[in-house]
Amino acid sequence: MRRGASSFNLAAVALGLAFLYLPMAILVIFSFNASRLVTVWGGWSTRWYAELFADGAMLESAGVSIRLAALSASIATMLGTLAAIALTRAGRFRGRTLFTGMVYAPLVMPEVITGLSLLLLFVALDLDRGFWTVTIAHTTLTMCFVAVVVQSRLVTFDRSLEEAAMDLGCPPGRTFLLITLPLIWPAVAAGWMLAFTLSLDDLVIASFTTGPGATTLPMRIYSQVRLGVKPEINAVCTLMIAVVTAMLVVFSLLSKQTRANSE
Amino acid sequence: MADEVEIRQETDRGGAKLGFAPWADPAARPLVRFDAVTKRFGETRAVDALSLDIFPGEFFALLGPSGCGKSTLLRLLAGFEAPSEGRVLLDGTAIDAVPPHRRPVNMMFQNYALFPHLTVEGNVAFGLKQEGRPRAEIAARVAEMLALVKLAPLARRKPHELSGGQRQRVALARSLVKRPRVLLLDEPLAALDKQLRGETQFELMELQARLGTTFVIVTHDQEEAMTVAHRMGVMDRGRIVQVGTPAEVYEQPNSRYVASFVGDVNLIEGRLAAVGPSGLLIDSTVGAKLATNQRVEADVGATVWVTLRPEKLRVATAPPAANENCVSGHVAEIAYLGNVSLYKVRLDNGFMMKAQLPNLTRVVERPIGTNERVWLSWTPDAGVVLTG
Ligand SMILES: Nc1ncnc2c1ncn2[C@@H]1O[C@H](COP(=O)(O)OP(=O)(O)OP(=O)(O)O)[C@@H](O)[C@H]1O
Ligand SMILES: [Mg+2]
Repeated sequence: MRRGASSFNLAAVALGLAFLYLPMAILVIFSFNASRLVTVWGGWSTRWYAELFADGAMLESAGVSIRLAALSASIATMLGTLAAIALTRAGRFRGRTLFTGMVYAPLVMPEVITGLSLLLLFVALDLDRGFWTVTIAHTTLTMCFVAVVVQSRLVTFDRSLEEAAMDLGCPPGRTFLLITLPLIWPAVAAGWMLAFTLSLDDLVIASFTTGPGATTLPMRIYSQVRLGVKPEINAVCTLMIAVVTAMLVVFSLLSKQTRANSE
Repeated sequence: MADEVEIRQETDRGGAKLGFAPWADPAARPLVRFDAVTKRFGETRAVDALSLDIFPGEFFALLGPSGCGKSTLLRLLAGFEAPSEGRVLLDGTAIDAVPPHRRPVNMMFQNYALFPHLTVEGNVAFGLKQEGRPRAEIAARVAEMLALVKLAPLARRKPHELSGGQRQRVALARSLVKRPRVLLLDEPLAALDKQLRGETQFELMELQARLGTTFVIVTHDQEEAMTVAHRMGVMDRGRIVQVGTPAEVYEQPNSRYVASFVGDVNLIEGRLAAVGPSGLLIDSTVGAKLATNQRVEADVGATVWVTLRPEKLRVATAPPAANENCVSGHVAEIAYLGNVSLYKVRLDNGFMMKAQLPNLTRVVERPIGTNERVWLSWTPDAGVVLTG
């Protein structure tokens, strides 16, 4: 398969990449636009970034989003890792297939449904909607992604390492901390990154489950855009793209290390 | 040319161990006892109503083909599997309720199972740290153990920076450092090349004699079992079919299965023709009358098998005087193995017999060539008569 790519293939790849990234490229370029008009180029400038960092509401939302992403990703990582262990380790218990399906269902569940059902739950429980309800919602959403990432590492994990540790006098819980976790941590960290990114990006579920005082960054952007696109929005979106890209790069590096570790 | 051949590896081990035979002593207390243990995995019986005693200070080998339940037996003792039926006793007390991390038994795993994120030192120290020993004691015992397995210079390396033989030593050191009552070794040498395996076998024997720890080794290499062990148990589909010293198992196999699993053998089928005061007379299917000085639990007319080890046969180019215990045929194949040559002889009725002769001289020209007619004969005590 080392034939040079045909011109058709090259064209297809170029078109596909353009389709995916041209809008983002335009957004990034226009975030450095000196003109107030979104569609007219007025030369390079970083004034929208300066304005962005003076915009209290925007900064507050960014703070909410980051705290939310970090917290929900951490809880989701713990729960998702436990679910992955249960799925790979528990052997054949009754209802295992059902359990597996139930853990993975949120992966393909339309977000509107997840959001709406959580909203109904919170209303039924009479919870005050706000930061904590979004945290719970995002944990629910992202923990199944963590479970998938960690499980793919655990299936190749050599159980005899754990048996060796127990054989040497290490109780099961400590074995997990001293042997299993140090060996699967790249996968766990990768899961955390993924969960963080997903939470940072989410608009739909957050809109359903949040309350006053906890407006996430995507929600703030969305509500501002409805009043008209300001160049400042381009700047904040560019920063988000940067954060998400960095996260995904780390995620893929960790996944690569996970694969190397399990060989 | 030598016409009488006797090559037997000396299976009694070094002077110090001579006379070590607690299994023959009715007053001796076994350290490990499998009491009618059965282990089922779904439909398979990996271990099937197996009873076995292993004595303190013994080097015991479990020998059997792949899948016969050797590893499962070790895992039952280490605590990774619970018996479906029966009990496992250590020092007279049932240990079925004791979890693996509380059993005074350590295991060396088939794949070594070294912790990849810890150094050699860290691996060896792991077990002692779990006991909460003082730092100084751990350091001293780890250093002592690493010196014992000649790994001191590599203490700071990670397992992936070691050769296969070095990894094997780390695994051994790690499982010995806690001074277990019983050390379980699951095919510890399978991954080593032949030369290193031979050396390591002797090191294991030396180590075992020095420490006095009870060793239970699993192997499917019969030479290895015979080299290292005081006693060996031959397994077949979850059962132990024979237990004995290597010499007993080799010279007195109790079934065709054991005879053909342990060593090379000629198996001749026959019918018991007469039971005399000095032994048996057998009509064999190879067209000769076989006389042995053995007795068996069988009636005249029963089908029996005579097992003859290739090295117990005399090979001659002229017919011997007696016509009992003698068959004749043509040499079909000669395998030169260096120290010995293996002759495959096709008897006149087509049956193949194997005879082994030592290469006593350095002549290139063999005294017996292919296609030459030869007579194979043996003494009445050479064959073992089996009924099953
Ligand atoms: N966890 C398990 N689940 C189901 N079957 C098992 C399990 N462990 C072992 N067995 C079965 O039990 C039988 C004995 O296995 P065991 O590993 O003890 O064999 P072995 O004698 O050690 O073989 P080898 O020489 O290949 O290591 C095999 O048929 C195997 O398939
Ligand atoms: Mg095995």
